Amino acid sequence: MNRQRAAWWFLAPALVVLGIFFLLPVVAALGLSLTDYDLYALADIRHLRFVALDNYWDLLHQHKFWSALGHTFYFVLVGVPLSIMVSLGAALLLNSPLVRFKTVFRTALFAPVVTTVVAVAVVWRYIFNTKYGLLNYVLGEVGIHPIDWLGDPHWAMPSIIVFAVWKNFGYNMIIFLAGLQAIPKDLYEAARIDGASALQQFRHITLPMLGPTLLMVGILTVSGYFQLFAEPYVMTEGGPLQSTTSVLYLMYDEGFKWWNFGAASAVAFLLFVIMFVVTAVMLRLGRRGGMA
Amino acid sequence: MPEPSRRVNATMSRAASRLLTIVALMLAGCSSSQDAHTLTFWTIGREGEAVVKLLPEFEREYPGIQVKVQQMPLTAAHQKLLTAFAGNSTPDVTQLGNTWLPEFVALRALEPLQQRVAASTVVKPADYFDHIWSTNLIDGSLYGVPWYVDTRLLFYRRDLLKAAGFDAPPRDWAQWRTMLAALSHPDRGSYGILLPTNEYEQLMSLALQQPESMLRDGGRYGNFRSAGFKRALAFYVDTFRLHQAPAITAVEAGNPWEEFGRGVYAFYFSGPWNIGEFRQRLPADRENEWATAALPGPDGGASGAAGGSSLVIFRRSTHKDEAWALIEYLSRPDVQQRFYDLLGDMPARRSAWDGGSLRTDPKVQAFREQLEHVKATPPVPEWEQIANEMQLVAAQAVAGELTIDEAAAEIDRRADRILEKRRWILDHPHATTGSP
Repeated sequence: MNRQRAAWWFLAPALVVLGIFFLLPVVAALGLSLTDYDLYALADIRHLRFVALDNYWDLLHQHKFWSALGHTFYFVLVGVPLSIMVSLGAALLLNSPLVRFKTVFRTALFAPVVTTVVAVAVVWRYIFNTKYGLLNYVLGEVGIHPIDWLGDPHWAMPSIIVFAVWKNFGYNMIIFLAGLQAIPKDLYEAARIDGASALQQFRHITLPMLGPTLLMVGILTVSGYFQLFAEPYVMTEGGPLQSTTSVLYLMYDEGFKWWNFGAASAVAFLLFVIMFVVTAVMLRLGRRGGMA
Repeated sequence: MPEPSRRVNATMSRAASRLLTIVALMLAGCSSSQDAHTLTFWTIGREGEAVVKLLPEFEREYPGIQVKVQQMPLTAAHQKLLTAFAGNSTPDVTQLGNTWLPEFVALRALEPLQQRVAASTVVKPADYFDHIWSTNLIDGSLYGVPWYVDTRLLFYRRDLLKAAGFDAPPRDWAQWRTMLAALSHPDRGSYGILLPTNEYEQLMSLALQQPESMLRDGGRYGNFRSAGFKRALAFYVDTFRLHQAPAITAVEAGNPWEEFGRGVYAFYFSGPWNIGEFRQRLPADRENEWATAALPGPDGGASGAAGGSSLVIFRRSTHKDEAWALIEYLSRPDVQQRFYDLLGDMPARRSAWDGGSLRTDPKVQAFREQLEHVKATPPVPEWEQIANEMQLVAAQAVAGELTIDEAAAEIDRRADRILEKRRWILDHPHATTGSP
């Protein structure tokens, strides 16, 4: 018993901090999402009404919520596989025994992760610029007409995806690199002796051995990408024609632009439920795949 | 093992008391530690840079007062002001856009200024543009003193109009439409006008020219299905359908000043700050090729939206007299003229226009003409949100997804939803102590 009590004491500081700075705000936000807390309520608390699930009901009936959700899923469904493929590709290249100056490349490829979004967004806005941008200049050389990357509703999201993938792939690359280095060399040796090609080695040794790493990276990346906000905030401000407004961006607008904290909290909880379901499904699929 | 747990206990309580001390210190740091004669003045955007050049003279006149200016970027200003209100740390004086004023009045954050104005020898209401002044009156009480004004009108290429056979800018919508038609050559990439589809100010200016207000029943419901608004919306949407304006956003438009100079657009629908932009970006010898004109009304007569910023005092300020002295100083006609020379922000009072560079500059005369006839936006806190929704729906109509009638009904529907809380508060007066 005493041991247990001591353990609780050791846990207490962390629990207190978690309780005050995580649990309490979450419960408060849940409560807030059941009210219509807004500017009027800020002025006079008697203007606060308990609205039960009305905020959620309203959101589910609003076009802007569904379109924001659509943009978020677009970003996740395209961005996550692309990001993982780029990370894995870069990790495989770095892991190859033929590569020289490994540390230089590893640092260079990891560098975008530690840069500030706002600072690199300035650079990327130049790259994407319709008239003076590097990207259109290169495309122009091969005869493709200039594309208004950030101004055209069809191209804005792909541009944001490219920017986000570039910004984030280095982090997963490092994890993959660690995973690759943990695969025993003798497996490859045996495969080579049996005459397996590089592709076969990748499919039958590298991928299965990386399974758990892939699952973890997948879940982390999905939950990270669902929370798309900073990239459109600094690149497009959610436009053009709201084509890059994500769910989190909608929450920011409702909360900090229009000061409807009730509705904003409801958005946050809906996003939480969606992310929870998606990652739970991924985990389950991952486990089943692992057992088979 | 009782020993370690007691030790942990002791450490914990020591840590807790240390934490408490830190929290107490932090709280002390938060509370205002400024001395009695420091006045905090928040500004939004570029105004802060210019106003600091006017303040040394004020501080010479009032040796007891020191003004601390804090500049906020426009994009963060609204949020910062609301957060300051919620966190009980509002400044003494701030610049406040007159579309934001109703919101802060609803919060009961602002000090009524009626009595101070009545006793003032400097601030004379009759000298101010009527409708600009009235944007500071909410339910009959005055909450701000207009600082500078803003209204959107037409910049036009005089040489292009002349070449097309028009000696004067349009005076009504029919003439305007004829000119737009003559000056638009979409096949050659030139258009009559630029109307960025993500900016609501242009459509709002056209809608304010109509006799009907955009909200009805004391701001309880949208009134966008009125004949007047539909007329404005139809004129706006037709401009795109007739290919007299490209359906692009301001982001896509990129550098409109240069394109205006190249003749991509013959008209440019914008505000006073662009006089400075054009002078800076277009060669001086081409100064005569462009001019400004009041926004033509549907059947003649110039009018537009009453925009601009006011100076307000926060109710929680402990230096209201000093704050009022600063407002009076910044409202003096000669100070307003210097402010215009520094920044190009147009003065809110007529006497400031009668001297200095404002009297002689031909580009500003159209603004003066229009300022006499501007109209205020509906004075409800929700206005900016409603205007945003209005523009989103209008952009859908421009894209051909909605007819004029459908768009008007949709804007009404969205406005009514946004105004639901306001209706509830107005119709349940027992829940309020002051008027919202």
